[in-house]
Order: sequence, then structure tokens, then C-alpha cells
Amino acid sequence: MVLQAVFMLFSAMAVGAALAVVTNKNIFHSALFLVVALLGVAGLYVLLEAPFIAVVQVLIYVGAISTLILFAIMLTRRLMDASERQRNEQWFISAIVAVGLFIVLVLSVGQVHWPVVHTDVPENHLNRLGQDLMEHYVLPFEVTAVLLLAALVGAIVIARERTR
Amino acid sequence: MLSDYVFIGLFAIVAAIFPFAGFAVSYLVRPKRPDPVKSDVYECGMKPIGEAWVQFKVQYYLYALIFVIFDVMSVFLFPWAVAYHTLGLYALVEMCIFLGILVGGLIYAWRKGALRWV
Amino acid sequence: MAFLSDLLVNLWNWIAVQLDQFLPSWATALVMLFAAAVVIVVFLLLTVMFLTLLERKVVARIADRIGPNRVGPFGLLQPIADTLKLIIKENTEPAKADHPVFRLAPAVVATAALMPYAVIPFGRGMVGSDVNIGVLYVISISSLTVIAVLMAGWGGGNKYGVLGGMRAVAQMFSFEVPLALSIGSVALLTGSLSLVAITEAQRKLWLIVAQPIAFLVYLLCGAAEANRAPFDIPEAESELVAGYHVEYSGVRFAFFYMAEYINMFTTSAMATILFLGGWQGPFVERVPILSIAYFLAKVYGLVFLMIWVRATFPRLRIDQLLDLSWKVLLPLALMNLLVTAVVDKVAAQVRLSSTLTIGVFWGSNLVLVGVVALVLYLSYRRKRARGLNPHYQIHWH
Repeated sequence: MVLQAVFMLFSAMAVGAALAVVTNKNIFHSALFLVVALLGVAGLYVLLEAPFIAVVQVLIYVGAISTLILFAIMLTRRLMDASERQRNEQWFISAIVAVGLFIVLVLSVGQVHWPVVHTDVPENHLNRLGQDLMEHYVLPFEVTAVLLLAALVGAIVIARERTR
Repeated sequence: MLSDYVFIGLFAIVAAIFPFAGFAVSYLVRPKRPDPVKSDVYECGMKPIGEAWVQFKVQYYLYALIFVIFDVMSVFLFPWAVAYHTLGLYALVEMCIFLGILVGGLIYAWRKGALRWV
Repeated sequence: MAFLSDLLVNLWNWIAVQLDQFLPSWATALVMLFAAAVVIVVFLLLTVMFLTLLERKVVARIADRIGPNRVGPFGLLQPIADTLKLIIKENTEPAKADHPVFRLAPAVVATAALMPYAVIPFGRGMVGSDVNIGVLYVISISSLTVIAVLMAGWGGGNKYGVLGGMRAVAQMFSFEVPLALSIGSVALLTGSLSLVAITEAQRKLWLIVAQPIAFLVYLLCGAAEANRAPFDIPEAESELVAGYHVEYSGVRFAFFYMAEYINMFTTSAMATILFLGGWQGPFVERVPILSIAYFLAKVYGLVFLMIWVRATFPRLRIDQLLDLSWKVLLPLALMNLLVTAVVDKVAAQVRLSSTLTIGVFWGSNLVLVGVVALVLYLSYRRKRARGLNPHYQIHWH
């Protein structure tokens, strides 16, 4: 009961803030609402007994990605003009696509048989995570490093082109 | 497990209410006499010229991007570090490869001058 | 005597038992948790008041002055007078400000500053919530501060404010990675991220003995994250007036001020827990109430160190600051982590005695410091040989 109420609260926080992100006229405010939405998702992770993911969500998405977005806004001239339009001619089509995607997702969530593990989350789940990362998922782990490297190199190349 | 987080949630509520309680108390006792000079932007006595929201240099963004990469790296470090005692020598080798790739990125950024403040 | 030896915890349990007689058990639990939260917040408020006085007194003594001495004996009531003054001051707000963002920023800053204390163990059995990701929780909450600082700088519509906000965020970004890496070596040695477990693991030996470099890196990064001098360029008064909170006054400014002192306290508390054994000390097993005294003594020792540093060293320039983080502390912390991992594994393989392991840790740390010092000296010499004055090579604005 209480758990469901808390779940509703976090969901409302995430969904409401996400709506505010796309409807707000001021792009800086939109970015701040994105932070609220991401915090709501972090709350949901805690409810799912995945506190590590929740903390990582705050650390990476709130602390790094959102701030990166805010920086990007500050770096872009003329984005702060109030005359900035929120939608263009295609908003109607994209709304239809979004609603269609939503319906498909809701239907598939109801249809798919999700695998459910009927055991408790292990007490030292961080330990398990580390072991799995090192034993079963070595390749994805190392590929992540390559991905990050590619992102770093790409960012530097693009940024240097801009400054020139 | 979840019960550990009840206190954090409650504490968050208290911590969030606290500043607003301060605002409310202050609202009751403080004077409110706005005037156009007071509500001017402070610029050491000069009339501010132009907007404060100007374009910033790309250097800030570059640092932020490099930070994101290394922040993700540090997140991967923590499960490894916690489980390290239960793992064999392969864990050390794997982490050396992981860090080696990223240190390569750091050296690249360094050599390309992305870490130089201009 | 048994009751007195663990006075606070026993008192707390006694109140809970009394409450249980009138209330259902879930209500008792809720009331007690709520009360604990309020007690911690009030404790922090009093701490901040004391810290402001302490800082002014210590800095004054170092500068051969007396410091506040008018309000109350030895100026002890000065913080109360300051608080009252800040509350009854008018809140000015620039007409050009981004009003909702401007008004919300101090609240976010204060909340983010308070949040870590939900998991910090003040003493034996005195912890709000012992979660197994405690350390990461504390680091991640500090990212909310980053957002709040950007909100404050941006919201005021002031050039100094925006510039200060950008600088503050660039600085917090840069120092977060070495900070996380230095904590990584603690996690590696203790095998946990729970603050209570890390404290317990240091019963025999404080981690600073095995990890002096990590401690140093942590303290430097913590000071930078808390915008403490010598890393306080975001609010460098000689160039930015007051940085991101330049437009704030009255109670709103008070929250920024409060958050700064709480952040300094948090950094010291975390350094105490991670490296100085938290509340561990002699006779803690027999007289648990001593634990809180040990904890506070260690934290205030580090706070004093930070004030001392502020009174002694000049402020760094932004390029020096970023260079320090990315080109010195980050490689150093990375190498330290790897060396720790290697030494730990080798010591476990050859079954080295713990005293010898500590010795090896010490030796490797000394070598690391030597290497860093050598590299720094060589780069200094190279710059000088190229005819650049290493101190004034970069022009910036």
C-alpha cells in the first residue's frame, strides 16, 4: 500500500517533470525539469531495490549529463531568447508517432511474459555485481572502455573544429 | 533492505522543508521596500551593459565532456574495488586493460591540448 | 554506569519504549526516524554557527588579530547575532533575474548540503541509515550542489554570477574524478562502500597509514569540491565580487553561507570516516559514548587544518587549478589505485604479514610521490628553458 503510494509519487514526479521538459518555453527551465525527472527515476530504482543503479543514475545523469546539457545551453548564443519556439510544423506528426509508440509499449508490457526471479536481492549485491562484471561480462566491460574512448576522441575532434 | 531507505527519504523531506521554513520565518520579519536601483543587477556601481547570459567559451564544455567519460569510468571502478578480495588475478589484469584504454584517451586529450586552459 | 556509558543510544531507545506505550509500533518508528532527522539538522545548524565563529577566530589569530569579541564573552554570541541579522534583512532580487530559478537555488543548495548526513555515522550505533552504497550516496548528492550552483549563477542574471557558476562547476567536475579514485582504493582495501563497515574495518589500523596519498588526494579534492581556499576561485572577491551568489542577500544568502560550512564539515567527516577510523578510538568498546567525542575531535582537527590552509595559502588561478586536478591528481590517484591493487594481491599471494604489507604500501607511496615530484620538476624546468615564465604563461579572462 505505502509502497504503491511512493511508487505513484515517484512516477508522477518523473512523468510530470518530463512533460514540463517538452512543454516549457524556457530551455534552461526545461533542462532543470529534466533533472527532476531523472531524480524521480532514481527513486523508482530505489523502490526496485537497486540502490547502486539509483546512485549511479544521480551521479551520472544528474551530476554529469544534465550539467553537460546546461553547459551546452550556456554555450549556445540566442537560446535564451523568449521568442524561441517550442514546436515546429511537424509537432502534430511527432505527437501521433509518440502516442502510437506509447500504445505499442503499453500493449507489449501487458503481453510479454517477463522472467521473474523469486528470490531476495542478495545483501552484498555490489560484490555480486563486481564478480559478474569480472567473470561473465568481461567483454562488454572492456568494450565499454573502447566506447568511452571513442566518445572522448570524438568530442575532442568536434570541439577543436569548432574553436578553429 | 528497503527499510534502510525510509530514513533517507524522511531525511530528504526534512532537509527540503528546512530552507523553506527559513524563508517563511524571514518573510514574516524582513522589510520589503523594493526600488528600481535595488533591483538592478550588481556590477560594481556601473550600469550593466548587455545581458549576463552571453555565450561562453567551448573550453568549459570540453572539460565537462572529459569529466563525463571519467565519471562513468569511476562508476565501473567501485563494484570492482568492492569485490576485489574475492576475485583472482584476472580481475587486476582486466582492470589494467580497462584503465589502460581510458588512460590512452587521457593522454590523447592531453596531447591535443584539450586540457589546456586558453 | 552501563546506561551512562552509552548514554545517547540508551536515551534514544528509552524514548522509543515510552512512545511505544501510546502509539502503534509503525508510528513509533516513524516518529523516531523523523525526530532523528530533525536532531541531525539542528545539530548541523549549531555546528555551522560554531564553525563561522571558529573560522573567524582562528583566521584572526593567524593574522595576529583578536577576531569577534563584542557580542557575549569571547564573541561567543556573535553567530546568533549574525543569524538574526541575516533573517531580518531585506531580500533584494534583480528585476532581470530568472525569478523561479533564483529563488529555488538556495533551497536546493541547503538541501543538498544536508542530505549526506542521513548516512554518516557520528558514533558507535549512531547512524541514521547504514546503506551498503553509503560512500557513493554521499558523492552523488554533491552533484545536486553542482546543479544548484549553476541555478544560482544563472538565475541572478549577473555576469559575475554566471562566470562564477561556470567556474564552480568546472572545478567541481575536475576534482570529482580523483576524489572518486581515492575512495576507490579505500573500497578496495575494506571491501565495502558502507560507511559503518569502513569504520569497523579500521578497528586495528587507520587507513591513512596504508593510504597516505589517497588521504591527501581526498582532502585536496574535498576542499576543492567545497570551494574552500585555496580553491575558491568561483567566489574570488577580487575578480568576481562573490561569484555565483553575488545577487543574494538576507536569508537566501544565509543558506549559501550555511551550505558552504556544512560542505566543509562533510568533507572533514568523510575524510575522518574513510581514512582516520571514524569514531574508532581507545575504550570505545567499553564506553561507547566516547565514540562521538572521538569522531567530533577528528573532524574538528581536519576543519582546523582547512581553516589554517585558508589563512596561509593564496588562491590558485583557474588554469593552475584545472591542471592540478587533471594533470597531477588524476594520474596520481589512478597510479595509487593500481599500486594498491597490485600490492594487495601480491601480499595475499605470498601471505605477507600485515606489518610488512603496510611497509610495502608506505614504500610504494613514497616512490609515487617521488615520481610525481620529479615529473613536475622536469616540466617546470622545460618550461623555463623555453623562455616561458611558468607562473605567468597563460593569459585568460
